[in-house]
Amino acid sequence: MKILVCISNVPDTTTKVKFTDNNTKFDSTGVQWVINPWDELALTRALELKDNPASGVKGVTVAHVGPATSEPTIRKALAIGADDAIRVNFEPTEAYQVAAQLAEVIKNEPFDIILCGIESSDYNGSTVGSMLAEFLNAPSVSAVSGLNVENGEATITRDIDGGKETVSVPKPFVAIVQKGIAKEPRIAAMRGIMQARTKQIKVVEPVSVSPLTELIEFEPPKPRAKCIFVDAENPKQLIELLQNEAKVI
Amino acid sequence: MSVLVFTENWDGNFKKLSFELVSYAAKVAEMTGTTATALSIGQVSDDELKKLGNYGAKKIISLKSDLLKNLDSQAYTAAIAEIAQNEGAKIIVLANNNMGKSIAPRLSVRLKAAIGSGTNKLPLSTDPFVVYRKVYSGNAFAHLKLNTEIKILTLMQNSFDPVETANEASIENREVSIDGAMVKTQVKDVQKQTGKLLLTDAEIVVSGGRGMKSPDNWGPLVELADLLGAATACSRPVSDEGWRPHEEHTGQTGKIVAPNLYIAVGISGATQHLAGVSASKYIVAINSDKDAPIFEAAQYGIVGDAAKILPQLVNAVKEVKAK
Repeated sequence: MKILVCISNVPDTTTKVKFTDNNTKFDSTGVQWVINPWDELALTRALELKDNPASGVKGVTVAHVGPATSEPTIRKALAIGADDAIRVNFEPTEAYQVAAQLAEVIKNEPFDIILCGIESSDYNGSTVGSMLAEFLNAPSVSAVSGLNVENGEATITRDIDGGKETVSVPKPFVAIVQKGIAKEPRIAAMRGIMQARTKQIKVVEPVSVSPLTELIEFEPPKPRAKCIFVDAENPKQLIELLQNEAKVI
Repeated sequence: MSVLVFTENWDGNFKKLSFELVSYAAKVAEMTGTTATALSIGQVSDDELKKLGNYGAKKIISLKSDLLKNLDSQAYTAAIAEIAQNEGAKIIVLANNNMGKSIAPRLSVRLKAAIGSGTNKLPLSTDPFVVYRKVYSGNAFAHLKLNTEIKILTLMQNSFDPVETANEASIENREVSIDGAMVKTQVKDVQKQTGKLLLTDAEIVVSGGRGMKSPDNWGPLVELADLLGAATACSRPVSDEGWRPHEEHTGQTGKIVAPNLYIAVGISGATQHLAGVSASKYIVAINSDKDAPIFEAAQYGIVGDAAKILPQLVNAVKEVKAK
């Protein structure tokens, strides 16, 4: 069986976020691009499953919707251990377009398990995975913090408000994964980096999908009021401020 | 025409989040010249359903089918889409929580409806329909125009105050055309924490970081949280070290919280941590390093050793409570 991991190319999480063109475009000057942290965990879990012969997982492919400039990030995924990659040559403006393009890829080349990170650290939409599943008319499980596969049969742990559920759904399915799916993201070893150079990135041309939304502008967060310091010798004053000034306790 | 709001229940009960959603939907309905209809899925009593009316829902639709006992994203999507179409709903509101995230994007595709996910405000305008939402993990916000006839909004928890109104709502029990074959999710086991305040529900959160120095030092932090009726949380290194359970990890890759008060003890405030807590209304920082970035995000701060300060705060809260 084969796993597809959908990856997003995002600014490094420590990036100082700035905008250009009257706050309508993200300023990518000097920005380091990385695999979206949750997608990286998804890839790690897929590779862990493939490493275990009893899982029945034979191949791990990554898919990405983006221009050629995101290939270094795809190469990183290959260096970490993905067998091959598919890039849809399209610069999306929203999740709906990403999901529609990924659905076309999967319709042409089926996978048993499709993994998506819960959100991307740039757009924070939490929508691509479930949208993709709906395009494919496939089951989806969200908030997945555990995935086990034995002889091709998947057991899924999902988080619910105040607990966890163990569930199963028929394949093919989309699992939208979050913290817990893998402990630490796997790091590329030198051997992996060498091998990644010769692994295939298949480039496919996009289908036409009109966007449903339009970005009007970005707004930087409002600067917070300056911190009011309370003397460490008199912490009681803090409680008084919280009670009488902020009125939150 | 109406605004349809899906209100999840917890063992047959609604909670503050449900009322936030209904109040929000009622306000959006008012802005668009229509009324709000609440949709409940599951076994909820009429008395409980009526509560949704107190927050502005004019009509309450209840689906009690056993097929919808557990969350199956496809069956729930089909059910909500069917009701939305029957009601002619042009705006659908869901919570931006695990449940909402598993349904809303599917609804978006099914109804070809643009989605504004994770909004924490009323729409900035309704014609054109522009929503306000967090992007770049809280380092910016976007004004996003939704260009479709039907629109879906998912609301962040604790971002809209519930408003009680005098209102009589009608309750309708309905059926939807779902058959057993449509339900693909088999639930094999459920593990629930009971009796514990959920981190995402808490209005006050007391959170500890590496500056707590050892898992043995959590006593006064937990005591302070108990006194304040707060939930406890922690930073990523703390949960990675196993000092505290993973469920408590707040931050970009952990839980995103937006309480009224977030007290960060011994947390330096890396961008990844702030991404998970920056929507808090007030942040208090207690840290021995006066240059820690957490003080830039905080409204109140104490520079000092957590081990010394926490017991004094505990005493101060006790004194205040005694009055």
